[in-house]
Amino acid sequence: MNMLQKMYKKKRRIDNVKTAVVTVAALIFAVVFLMPIILTITNSFMSSSEINANYGSIFATTEKGGKIFISKTVNLKFIPDMVTFAQYFTVLFKSPQYLIKFWNSIIYVAPIVVVQLGIATLAAYGFSRYDGKLKRAIFFAYIIMMLMPYQVTLVPNFLVSKALGIYGSRWSIWLPGFFSPFAVYLLTKFMRRIPTEVLEAASIDGADEWYIFSRINMPLCKGGIASIAILVFFDYWNMVEQPLILLDDPDLHPLSVFLSKINSGEISLAFAVAVIYLIPPLLIFLYGEDYLVEGISYQGGIKG
Amino acid sequence: MLKSFAGVKSKINRLRKRELSSNEKKSLISWLFLAPSLLGVMLFFVAPFGVVIYYSLINNPIQKNFVGFANYINVWNNGAFKLAGINTLKFSFVAVPLAVLLSLFLAAVMESRIPFKSYFRSFFLSPLMVPTASVVLIWQVMFHYNGLINNFTAVFGADKIDWLKSDRAQVVIIALFLWKNLGYNMILFMSALASIPKELLEVAALENATKYQVFWYIKVRYMSSSILFVTIMSLINSFKVFREVYLMTGDYPVDSLYMLQHFMNNTFASLDYQKLSAAAIIMFIVVTGLVYIMYAVENYYGKDVEG
Repeated sequence: MNMLQKMYKKKRRIDNVKTAVVTVAALIFAVVFLMPIILTITNSFMSSSEINANYGSIFATTEKGGKIFISKTVNLKFIPDMVTFAQYFTVLFKSPQYLIKFWNSIIYVAPIVVVQLGIATLAAYGFSRYDGKLKRAIFFAYIIMMLMPYQVTLVPNFLVSKALGIYGSRWSIWLPGFFSPFAVYLLTKFMRRIPTEVLEAASIDGADEWYIFSRINMPLCKGGIASIAILVFFDYWNMVEQPLILLDDPDLHPLSVFLSKINSGEISLAFAVAVIYLIPPLLIFLYGEDYLVEGISYQGGIKG
Repeated sequence: MLKSFAGVKSKINRLRKRELSSNEKKSLISWLFLAPSLLGVMLFFVAPFGVVIYYSLINNPIQKNFVGFANYINVWNNGAFKLAGINTLKFSFVAVPLAVLLSLFLAAVMESRIPFKSYFRSFFLSPLMVPTASVVLIWQVMFHYNGLINNFTAVFGADKIDWLKSDRAQVVIIALFLWKNLGYNMILFMSALASIPKELLEVAALENATKYQVFWYIKVRYMSSSILFVTIMSLINSFKVFREVYLMTGDYPVDSLYMLQHFMNNTFASLDYQKLSAAAIIMFIVVTGLVYIMYAVENYYGKDVEG
């Protein structure tokens, strides 16, 4: 073996060690990242007595008054003693309030995703075509609105819904959601990447703006629209602040708010409800992960 | 901006007289596309924000006496506001640098040669989809007095503490914040790394550049605007951590967890519009300032590096 081969071999060995170290680091991260999800899913298949025995001490103390200590330490268990669908059965057939709240969540999220995306595609096309100083200024205002913490935008939202008489009704959640600047911002960034020449070529051939928008621009944006729809869905599926402030009737609350309230009470059901609540985003994640990644990538950089 | 408004006005006049060139006509049509969104944003965000500014300057909604900056001074001197502001800043100063460094590390991991890369990407991204309420459930199990973390640290002889009610409560929230946000930041960094021109790295290799040089002079240079973007986005997201804190601890958590948003929420409950408006505007100014810095720096860096 000559020198060169030896050096090459040594380098490869070092590379292998490096890869191994990095893989182990990645694995550790992966375990930490996945644990909460796995834990929720496996615990949802435990019987209520098993859950109470495992977690009793946590949740019994959070209730007011009665302190029932069932077990001193929490047994964080991954594998149920006996797999049971009892919790799911209770949630699905015996306690209609969970399904009602689940339905509430869908009633809020579905129209918001569709209408927000619809308004946003139009607006994004408006922003990306014939750019001017005024449009730049307005777009900057959109960015600022998008980045505001909820507690800032909620004050105006609250005032408007009082003024329009929609406070406490579903419209107080829907309407601000329809006009949220979030999708406008992302779609504009996406559309700015479409070369002007493509659209201009159609224009020279005599196509009007609506034709260019619907027949040329829209098909090019399909991927972008899908990815942004996913992000909007995740955002509103998790909404907590808006219902708390704008809906005084708990019957109208989505599951995202309600789920946190059963944590202390019917703990044994909480895991099953959490899993049911996880199913729609999980399916979207599994089928749309690439779109999701794309959607996040557009957000990099404010200018676009 | 005023000039542009005047420009639009004169265009509308000329439109009436049918004097517009086809290009100008098209640019007007593009405003029609914007109209639905603009109207909605005006009605639901901009106009009521004007009312908020008005409220912040009067003594109460009935008398409507103009009091200048008195509300702002009141809020500024309010003990709860100070506590909330300091807590939020403390949280941000720890959580944000950690988020940037760890997600940069994860992006580097994803860049290196590891097996099952696409699985790892899914794993790192998965917290993004987990509903907040489910996360909160698990976090309570882990950080409770009798919870998993205490059982784990007890192995090393540490005393049990009630994490969410102790001085270290912020640790719990920082862990949650990192868990939730690292995947998102990682994707941003990965796309920045991918946008570095391959030729540049090849040239560097041909010129015998050291790894140190490649890292500092090429990669960091190209990623600088991304790093800034992620930093400011994380900072803004760190203001939003209220959701999780609220679900875990309710309206009045332990002092160290009392965030700006708790202050806002509780002021909402007491319907003190003046305080609320002034606090909202103070927050608005802070966030706008941050966005402006981000915009300015990106403009500055964008000049010589098109990433």
